This record gives sequence, structure tokens and C-alpha cells, in this order.
Amino acid sequence: MSRNLFDMVWDMHKVATLSTGQDQLFIGLHLVHEVTSPQAFAMLAERGLKVLYPGRTFATVDHIVPTDDRSRPFSDPLAEEMLGAIERNVRAHGIEFFGLDSGNQGIVHIIGPELGLTQPGMTIACGDSHTATHGAFGSIAFGIGTSQVRDVLATQTMALDRPKVRLVRLDGKLGTGVTAKDLILRIMAELGVDGGLGYAYEYGGAAIAALSMEERMTVCNMSVEGGARAGYINPDDTTVEYLRGLPYAPSGEGFEKAAAFWKSLASGPGSSYDDEVGIDASSIEPMVTWGINPGQGIGISGRLPRLEDLEGAERDLAAKAYEHMKFTPGDPVKGRKVDVAFIGSCTNGRISDLRAAAAVAKGRKVARGVRALVVPGSKRVAAQARAEGLDLIFLEAGFEFREAGCSMCLAMNPDKLLGDEVSASSSNRNFIGRQGSPTGRTLLMSPAMVAAAAVSGEVVDVRDFV
Amino acid sequence: MTITPIRSLAAGRGIPIRENDIDTDRIIPARYMKGITFEGLGEFAFHDARFDEAGNPKAHPFDDPRFKGGSILVVNRNFGCGSSREHAPQALEKFGIRAIVGESFAEIFAGNCTVMGLPAVSASGPDVAALQDLIEAKPETEIRVDLEAMRVGAGNLDFGISMKDSYRNALVSGTWDSTAALLSNLDAIRAVASALPYIGGFA
Ligand code: SF4
Repeated sequence: MSRNLFDMVWDMHKVATLSTGQDQLFIGLHLVHEVTSPQAFAMLAERGLKVLYPGRTFATVDHIVPTDDRSRPFSDPLAEEMLGAIERNVRAHGIEFFGLDSGNQGIVHIIGPELGLTQPGMTIACGDSHTATHGAFGSIAFGIGTSQVRDVLATQTMALDRPKVRLVRLDGKLGTGVTAKDLILRIMAELGVDGGLGYAYEYGGAAIAALSMEERMTVCNMSVEGGARAGYINPDDTTVEYLRGLPYAPSGEGFEKAAAFWKSLASGPGSSYDDEVGIDASSIEPMVTWGINPGQGIGISGRLPRLEDLEGAERDLAAKAYEHMKFTPGDPVKGRKVDVAFIGSCTNGRISDLRAAAAVAKGRKVARGVRALVVPGSKRVAAQARAEGLDLIFLEAGFEFREAGCSMCLAMNPDKLLGDEVSASSSNRNFIGRQGSPTGRTLLMSPAMVAAAAVSGEVVDVRDFV
Repeated sequence: MTITPIRSLAAGRGIPIRENDIDTDRIIPARYMKGITFEGLGEFAFHDARFDEAGNPKAHPFDDPRFKGGSILVVNRNFGCGSSREHAPQALEKFGIRAIVGESFAEIFAGNCTVMGLPAVSASGPDVAALQDLIEAKPETEIRVDLEAMRVGAGNLDFGISMKDSYRNALVSGTWDSTAALLSNLDAIRAVASALPYIGGFA
């Protein structure tokens, strides 16, 4: 039995065993954003510490930035104060910053990969739970809290217990119109939102190997929704070709050396795991969530579960979900009316997501009464979309086409649901209140499914459009 | 080294919150995270579960007069899932919570609790339910969460609890604030860094 990628990368970065029994792990790439960093920088200042490896730290702004009028000062004084804080902190510590005036600004988990900062074999940390996204490259990436952000700033390391590793194998082939988002929503539905506690997930199998890098990022992104601390996919030729030529990736001869190193890290057929599960990818349909956590999802041809068919805790949670969602058990998921359509977020705000949504929107009109928003994940994604004319397709269809940011994924900026609006959303969380209204209702689905819902005014099967 | 107090015992009255999968968006809604300090978060803990959109109070254990002054939060499965925001345990602590007893915790949440010195300990489903029942029946009961003995005692109840060894070690030895310990290995940090192929730019 040989070591899997997780163990190889962990061992390579291990600095020491601490007195608590945890390992001290060197962090190869630290990404910083405006919401979870100001307190960490303040703690550093209080203790008279500086950033140990400013060159391995990169910052951007995404969570609170408006996606329409970005003129300074922002109309929200609290948002303005947070932006001012990160601008001061990166200047004081010499950290490279992709601010609003940089062409590289965007959601932290979109820009790391697209700039080539994210590379196989790295350990990556960010004060954000969706840091798991970067695992798509065969890095091991952890979402951390603010005190740990302080630790990584001050020491470029953090204290961690080594998780177990579960191989989640997706055999077979995804059907037409079925996407990486559907795949991960199905995994959540099968393994549960706490099924991953204590584990890192390695996603493998033929259906994973067939995914593009952007699709792999969608899968790894939502690992945390299943309770896993990290999720990753072994680097292969797809990974190497994606990285070739990116601004912060190695270049020239260095690139070839890097590529050989990256591929050498992949778990082999003889690698051992603490646990293994398999799912047949060909059985996956376009998925829609109907409840208040990402594990409450079903295939588009399904019906909302009846309480009498569920047991124990699952039943209590479903009852709570129905109370919030105001849905009737047993109804088909198709045909739920939607008020808002949101395409964006670190799960599905990349160019391939926009292309898939635009293919559905093209030549159609957003249904009367639906508010539809496309928010590119980064300025680079926005620029690429404009170059391809996708912005015009969206505008023509009646979508708004916004500037890059997290937007209605968590509604810390002015983009919010109103009252109990129902939102078809390509983001990752359907928690109560997540999209800015305490009574708002979120249905998670793929970006193409969101576009189809936008033009239909209700939940539909995108496979009827392609 | 900064001296940190040990956190091996927490005692106080309880507050039960019965539900699985309570996420950190619920514990502290994102709109209250627009601040550059953690100050003042306590009053917004569970805000949207406690108040309706007009600001009128809804029934929630945090405002139930029976549990007023409680400092031991008793919860069910997968508490603190979702966003990694440390604002969530910070809000609970600022509200007055000194320990959390639950069936299980999301990992980032449990780690965040530990690095701020807030014990989050696990117990079996029946033990947690019995403790929640007891608090509701006799809210004045003092609950003792003892990390030396790894037991919870309250009235006639006395049961075993668990948490990661590393978290327990950190809390009982007062080393939960990890920065100083990490920094003391500076030479080893530099050695590991210089051996990483990507740090040399694969030259
Ligand atoms: S897009 Fe949503 S999930 Fe992703 S980093 Fe932003 S707020 Fe978090």
C-alpha cells in the first residue's frame, strides 16, 4: 500500500508535532479577504508581530463589494470601513493585493486558480470555508477561522489534527445536461451534511477524471457542505494543461519540472484510504435542493419527500425545512415558482458556468416578475464573458450583468432577497437567511438550471432545453 | 510566551437548543459581520431566530426568562456547520456562553472554539437529550463541564464527554492560543519552507 496524495502533501509540509498532539503544518499559499482578516491583523499588531512570509500571502476583496456602483466611498459606511482596513493592512505588511482597481480582483477561490497561484502539492489556507475549492488541483486546502488566519500570518503555519481520508469514487459517465454541480449535490444527498466529519475527501473514478478543471473546482468547493474539512482531486494532464501559461504558474523549463512533480503526487491504484464509497455517475439527474441544507436535494424528476417516508432526525429537519420553505411534501420539485435567479459565486461563477447559462438564455426572455442576476466570479471572468459576447446575450434576455464579487451568495453587499422570495441559485448554501432575507428561500442548482428557471419562471428540467 | 489561563472547568446554568445542523449563518447572520472587530457581536447571536423582520421577539431559548444568565449551551448534531466564520463562536462567547455540550460539531467550528478557549465537548444523543430535559425541567440546575475528568455533572446526571485529545490538551494546559507555540519552531518552519520545490520556483 502506498501513500495517497493527502498523506504525501501533509508529510511534506509538516514542521513539528506540537505539545497538544496536533501537527504544525507549513502553508504554501495564504489567501486573505476583507471579512475574516481585520481582527487577525489587529491581533498581530497587539502582539507586535509581523507577517512572516508576505510573499506567500495574497489578498483580494469580494464579500462586501457592491456589484453595481463601485464608486468610493461606498454608500454603506461599514463596507467602506472594511475595505479601508484591508487596504491599510496589505500596505503595512507588503502583501500583494488584488483590490477593486486591479484587473485581477474577484472571489478569492476564483482568482487563486485562474492566476495560477493555486498549484498541485501545495497546502492552502484561507479564512473562508470554501477554500476546499483549491483541492481541485491536488492541493490540500483548508478553510480556517480568524484566530488561525492570525497564526498563518504570523508563522505561515497552523496547528491541525490530521483527518482521515475517504475515497469518493464516481464511476461511469454523467448524462447530457448533468453537471459537476449535480454530481456534488448528489454526493451531499447521499453522504449527508455531516457524513464527512473527521475526513478529507478524495474524489476519484472515471466521472471525475473526465471533468474539466472548472468542473473539478465546483465539486471540491462544496466538500465543506458535506462536513469534510478538505476535498481534492489528483493532478493529471488536465491539471497541467490548465496551469500552463497562467501568470503566477512556473514558466519555461521550470514548468516542465513542476509538471513532473505535480503528477508524481497523484494517489496510485495501490494507495490506501480510511474509507471508500462509490456512486454511479450515470444515475445522476439534474439536482435541486428543496430544504434548508445542501443535503436536502433531489433529482429534477423527483417529488418532495413525504415526512412519513423519513426517519428520526432527518424527518425533524424536513419538517423544519417545509415550515420555512412553505412547500408541500409529495409535490413534484418541477414547477416550483421562482422570483429570483442568481448565477455566480465561487461554486459556479466561472466562465464555463456563464457559457452554460448563456446557452440556455440565448434567444429567450426572463419570465415576467423574475429578477435575474449574473455576477461573474472575477474581473477576468467578466472580461472573458464580454469578449465572447455573453454579457449581451444575458442583457438581451433580461438578466442584469454585474461586476465581480460574492453578491447574493451571502448578501453582505446590497444584493439580497426580499421577504420570502424564492431564489434559484447557483451558489452553495440554502441555509435560512443566507441570501439576505430571514424568510428568503433558496433552491440550489446548476447555472444552466438557474437560467432555465429564470426564463420559465419556475423550476424546470434543463434537459428539455438542450 | 503569553500566559493563558487554563480552561478545564466551566460551570453554570444551561441553555438548550434542540435541533441538528444549526449552521453558522444562523448563529450570526452575515450582515452583522460588517465590522473590523468582534466587539458587540453578542447581541446579534441567533438574531434572526430570535427576532422577526419587524424586530419583535420570537420564542428562542436565548431570550427565555427560564434560561437567563445561562452559560452552558446544550445542542445536538453537527452544530456550527457551514461558513468558517469565527464570528459565530465569538458571538456565543460574547453573549455569555462558556462551554458547549453537543452530540457533534462541525470541524472548523470546533477548531475555532478551541483557539479562542471555548470548550466544545461531545456526548451521546441520549445524554444530551437527558441534559436538555433536565434544564427545561429545572433551569436553576448548575451544570459542570469538567475537562480533567471528561465528565458532565448536573443534578442527578453524570456522564462521560469526549473531544479531540489535542483540543483537550490545549484547553487544560492553557496553550489554546497557538501563535507563540508555532512561532517557537521558527527554524523548523524555515527548513520545511526551503525544502518545498515550489518555493524555489522549480528552478
Ligand atoms: S461566493 Fe459565497 S461561498 Fe464563495 S467565498 Fe463568496 S460568500 Fe463564500
